[in-house]
Amino acid sequence: MASGAHSGRYLQTRWTSQMRRMGPFVAGVVMLSLAGACERRQGAAADSGGEIVVGMYGSLTGDGASFGQSSKEGTELGVEEINTAGGLLGGRKFRLLIEDDQSKPEEASNAVTKLISQDKVVAVLGEVASRRSLAAAPIAQKFQIPMITPSSTNERVTEVGDYIFRVCFIDPFQGEVLAKFAFNDLKAKKVAILKDIQQDYSVGLTDSIASHFKALGGEVLDPVSYTSGDSDFKAILTQVRSQKPAAVFVTGYYPEAAIITRQARELGMTMPILGGDGWVGDALKNGREALNNTYISNHYSADNPDPLVQTFVKSYRARYNREPDAIAALAYDAVKVLADSMTRAGSTEGPKVRNALASADLPGVTGRLKMNEKRNVDKPAVIQQVTFVNGEVKFVYKATINPG
Amino acid sequence: METFLQQLINGFSLGAIYALIALGYTMVYGVLRLINFAHGDVYMLGAFAGYFIANALELDANPSIFGTIVVTIGSMGICACIGVLIERFAYRPVRSHSRLTSLITAIGVSLLLEYGGQVVFGATPRFFPQMIRSRTYAFGGVQITNQSLLIIIVAVVVMFGLEFVVHRTKIGKAMRATSFNLSVAKLMGINTDFVIAFTFALGSALAAAGGVMVALAIPRIDPLMGLMTGLKAFVAAVLGGIGSIPGAMVGGVLIGLMETWLGATAYSTYRDAVAFSVLILILLFRPAGIMGTATTEKV
Repeated sequence: MASGAHSGRYLQTRWTSQMRRMGPFVAGVVMLSLAGACERRQGAAADSGGEIVVGMYGSLTGDGASFGQSSKEGTELGVEEINTAGGLLGGRKFRLLIEDDQSKPEEASNAVTKLISQDKVVAVLGEVASRRSLAAAPIAQKFQIPMITPSSTNERVTEVGDYIFRVCFIDPFQGEVLAKFAFNDLKAKKVAILKDIQQDYSVGLTDSIASHFKALGGEVLDPVSYTSGDSDFKAILTQVRSQKPAAVFVTGYYPEAAIITRQARELGMTMPILGGDGWVGDALKNGREALNNTYISNHYSADNPDPLVQTFVKSYRARYNREPDAIAALAYDAVKVLADSMTRAGSTEGPKVRNALASADLPGVTGRLKMNEKRNVDKPAVIQQVTFVNGEVKFVYKATINPG
Repeated sequence: METFLQQLINGFSLGAIYALIALGYTMVYGVLRLINFAHGDVYMLGAFAGYFIANALELDANPSIFGTIVVTIGSMGICACIGVLIERFAYRPVRSHSRLTSLITAIGVSLLLEYGGQVVFGATPRFFPQMIRSRTYAFGGVQITNQSLLIIIVAVVVMFGLEFVVHRTKIGKAMRATSFNLSVAKLMGINTDFVIAFTFALGSALAAAGGVMVALAIPRIDPLMGLMTGLKAFVAAVLGGIGSIPGAMVGGVLIGLMETWLGATAYSTYRDAVAFSVLILILLFRPAGIMGTATTEKV
């Protein structure tokens, strides 16, 4: 030990004396390189005809990786199509910068801060999970950079400010759709709800389902809570089982939904289980056979015969060799809305693009994208039945429910 | 009544998981007086080792009992080696220092494995292949899956196995001697370095078995999975009386039952808080735990 301490101190003194000699030189180099970096960035950021730099942030890793991946693919496909078609504003092309937020809200706000203040993006696309959109939206609002969330359905996201838009329906509507489907089509009169109290999305959707189901004349048991990352749900499920609900809602995201569904079936709970668009993720397939007799509300159905949908599905398949899910379709639509608004604004400046976004109205893969005064779009929702066949999850179209 | 029995079964299944990991904690503590905080992370590595072996054998497509045994033994072997390496390179160099040094080293190793795991495996959760198809047995209204049953059986077998090894074998005698007084044991001709390495190998192999078993029942695995489960198992070991093998079992089951019972109430999201409140209460009022014996330390 003694000799170790000595050698440590010896190294330290040598290092310090070296620093003293080299100090001014090192500092000079650091300053020069910093100055160079600033210069380069300013060059890229100038709004004078070069590329249009657009930022996307998403959960490329972590719990929500499937969301981030689908979003990224949809966004990239949209950007490529626009660039191949000759760009916009007289031939300017999109340059897409993607930041990973590791499925963490604090990283989401860091990512957006970096995109806006360092990379000087003119618009931000993202996130999927409402909680992360809510964390990052105030930053976009502060810098007056338009942000379009493709698929955050919590009502509060666009209430952050007038620079925040979305291209999906909102949870009060999604809750209504699910409540109606359970009450009218599944003939359920008593339902239980499991909510992820860590996710704004799940909490909002739970409230909405509960109030609409009660309004229809049904009975809603006290919602049961869990948190993202939990893996043992048998205790809460046994409690739910003892109250004998006719249907169960799981309003959280796919990683937990897969395990909850499995454990519910293991406890002999055979009733229909329903979820929102948060169920759409690759890992849902781990629910396996337990997924039979489950239903979700979703933004679009890949088997919709509309030529716009079929063209999209075809080019997505050609590019990524898989079926596009709703998250990918919404991300694609968000890019199209942004390009359309910039074209109409004739500029990439934040305030002008914002004004154009506020009056957007164009056909999209996920339905008509007409911005309302709350910067949301009124779109229909589809109900899909989830099935597990030959190791694959299939979403089978059941019904379309229109708003209003 | 049906619900009560079902919750009892749920509690036992969950508790058996904690017990399986707590056994490793308690054994290492028993010999070295070291709380090996990296134990929960070795459990995580066990699950990942099992994941890679099972995928290499393509067990998801053709589940088999034999394959499961191969995976479990393979994972145990890998983790035993990792355990020995951790002991050799992290704990042995600081063994002669104060106990606090080893404790902090253990926390360091734990963090290294967790965040190193995120670099190597990625933070995205993976899903463990179904080596044994899930089957549910129903007794009246009470259900239990074959996987939960397996965990309970393995935990009990491991507990008796450990009791046997520690009290009835030569190496067990050497372990107890090392635990009693390391320098005297060394003077008596016991190769204490080997005994300690063996303890780590055994403890890590048990953690690996636990990792594979749990991943079978709850198939989501990620590099941070050992963090909370490991801490709960630590609480279980302290509750049962750290150093006591049956105590680890009792502590694990009690924590499992407590969490399940709480899950059945409106306060289900407080279950982590309760586990740690138990730790504080136990340390305040009965630091030796339920089955442990209070020892006065010579200063």
